Amino acid sequence: MEWLLRAITISVLVVIGLIAAAILIEAWPSFEHNGIRWFFPGGDVDQQLKAMITGPQEPARYNWHFRGWPLIWGTILTSGFAVIFALPLAILAAIFIVEIAPARVRRVVEPAVWLLAGVPSVVYGLVGLLVIVPWVEHDLISKAQKHSVDYVVQLTGENVSVATAILTVMILPIMIALIVRALQTVPRTWTEGSVALGVNRWRTIRRVSLRAARPAIIAAAVLAMGRALGESIMLSMVSGSRGFAANPLDGATFFFEPVRPLAATIIDYAEGISVAPLRHTLYAMGAVLLVSTALFSLAGWAVKQPLKRYGIGT
Amino acid sequence: MEGALNATDSSTLGVSGARKPPATLRRSQRPRERLAGWPIADRVAWAACWVVGVGVSLVTAAIVLLMAVKGIAYLHPALLFEHPSAAVAQSQSGGFLDPIEGTLLLTAVGTAIAAPLGVAIAVWLHEYGRPAGLARATESAIEMTAGGPSVLFALFGLILFARPVLAFLSQTSAGGSVSGRSFLTAGAVSSLLALPLVVGATREALAQLPARLREASQALGKTRARTIRKVLLPSIRPGIAAGVVLGMGRIIGDTAIVIFVLGATLHLTPAGGLPGLSALRGEGTTLTAYVRYNSPAGEGLAPNKAYAAAFVLMLIVVALNFAVVRLGSGSRRKRPFARWRPARAGSAQ
Repeated sequence: MEWLLRAITISVLVVIGLIAAAILIEAWPSFEHNGIRWFFPGGDVDQQLKAMITGPQEPARYNWHFRGWPLIWGTILTSGFAVIFALPLAILAAIFIVEIAPARVRRVVEPAVWLLAGVPSVVYGLVGLLVIVPWVEHDLISKAQKHSVDYVVQLTGENVSVATAILTVMILPIMIALIVRALQTVPRTWTEGSVALGVNRWRTIRRVSLRAARPAIIAAAVLAMGRALGESIMLSMVSGSRGFAANPLDGATFFFEPVRPLAATIIDYAEGISVAPLRHTLYAMGAVLLVSTALFSLAGWAVKQPLKRYGIGT
Repeated sequence: MEGALNATDSSTLGVSGARKPPATLRRSQRPRERLAGWPIADRVAWAACWVVGVGVSLVTAAIVLLMAVKGIAYLHPALLFEHPSAAVAQSQSGGFLDPIEGTLLLTAVGTAIAAPLGVAIAVWLHEYGRPAGLARATESAIEMTAGGPSVLFALFGLILFARPVLAFLSQTSAGGSVSGRSFLTAGAVSSLLALPLVVGATREALAQLPARLREASQALGKTRARTIRKVLLPSIRPGIAAGVVLGMGRIIGDTAIVIFVLGATLHLTPAGGLPGLSALRGEGTTLTAYVRYNSPAGEGLAPNKAYAAAFVLMLIVVALNFAVVRLGSGSRRKRPFARWRPARAGSAQ
């Protein structure tokens, strides 16, 4: 029995290891031809990707030119801000579920969070596209704003703010679930001790429960970051699907500029994956996601270590 | 054991046991701290928790209601039993029988692969776990898989299953290149989504089993392997089931793998001669891909059908959620979250 189980475990481990290896190998030609400038700004990314499809199809004359910064910037904007917004919300919601809500309210809120976690991303995309996008387009973006940038980019309801907002809602339940579990395992004696000393309930939550749950909060942030980086379908539907580096210096217009994160780009160009240079470039985007997810895990692990001493849970 | 404790202790509440308060205090009788005396910042934070907690539920309610209203408005029974077709007008583009079949088929394949593997890994981790290095590597690999983007799995699946060695799982074109796209390959890739959930649920269930089960079985002379098979696994069945159902939810909700590894075609396209197996080796589509195809972001241009299909998808998700809650309720109810009320006997840890 033991050897059988161990063999199964090792083979699954090998497959998971192969994922990273295969993607990195397949990605290499794109990095090799573009060098460090793969990550730099320069020109219109969409044109570069389309040029790979229309370009010559002999290996020696492949069109490799690619400057990925707008896509990377789009990923940083959407994932980064989604996690930044979702983290405090998740902490408050988790505290509410575990410590504050009366039993009757909790019986509604907790299943609601689980349900929210189960909503498929394509449904988020659909709701965004058919409800939120038209509303933003008609009621929030002014004519003047549209006019002010229409020489570079068209402002529509599919933009960086809508994408970030929906992404925030999407990653929220996973974070809540992890933090809830940690708060539930805070030893009762710790909080009771605090309350017995005359500390009020909120201060006890803040200074005892939440501090003990810090490792779990970091784990939640890392997991949510992974989900946000890898979210492809919803973002390809509502982010505007244009490789444009939204510029914060544009003022209020910035919030309505389109972006397209890496994962969404992979989905958008799925049909061209048989074209060799485009395929390698898409795998290179995958590799960037893979490495950044791994780096975030590593960073989370490093940050967690000193906190573990007085913490509980993962 | 816990239940027995509850029964005996509820009559002698309190540590000293001097006086017997009523066995259950009514809400109004419980001693409550008054918020009025708190610093303003604490009260604001308290209120913020309420706002966020209720807000999250309202967002869920809004999504579910929107899907229900639009879904009921646009869903005709005929849609469920008609094959889709590639017409431009919404009235002629048919129903979504194929996507529904595809969703069921893909989930079945993915679950069939993920469930046994996940249970095996969890049992090995919890019961054996030697050498420790391998156990730790497995744990972090599973953790990485849980956070890993599905689009990466899809990209990987496309490379792996396009190998000529694995051609028997999908179709080979006239030119000799292997497509790598079929229900079998997509199911195998999707199983990576479900795997961490199955492993996590099984491990947790194993950890919650009382030691006496193992001890009793081993005292009777059962080997470790037999103890696992005959005692441990049967008693954690609800936990495993909950994990598997959660995993099914993730497989059903995924689109990236369908687009890359299943082909996201309009119809199911059985391939090969063997009946039954032919559908598995063929390409196809699922509800998620159908919703995307018919949304304004796709080429189908039938938002009403996208709503209807999304409604069916949500029905499946809600049903799975209920299943998980039902399966998990047995173990969850015993765990008291309510920490601020006077200790109910037996709940002190």
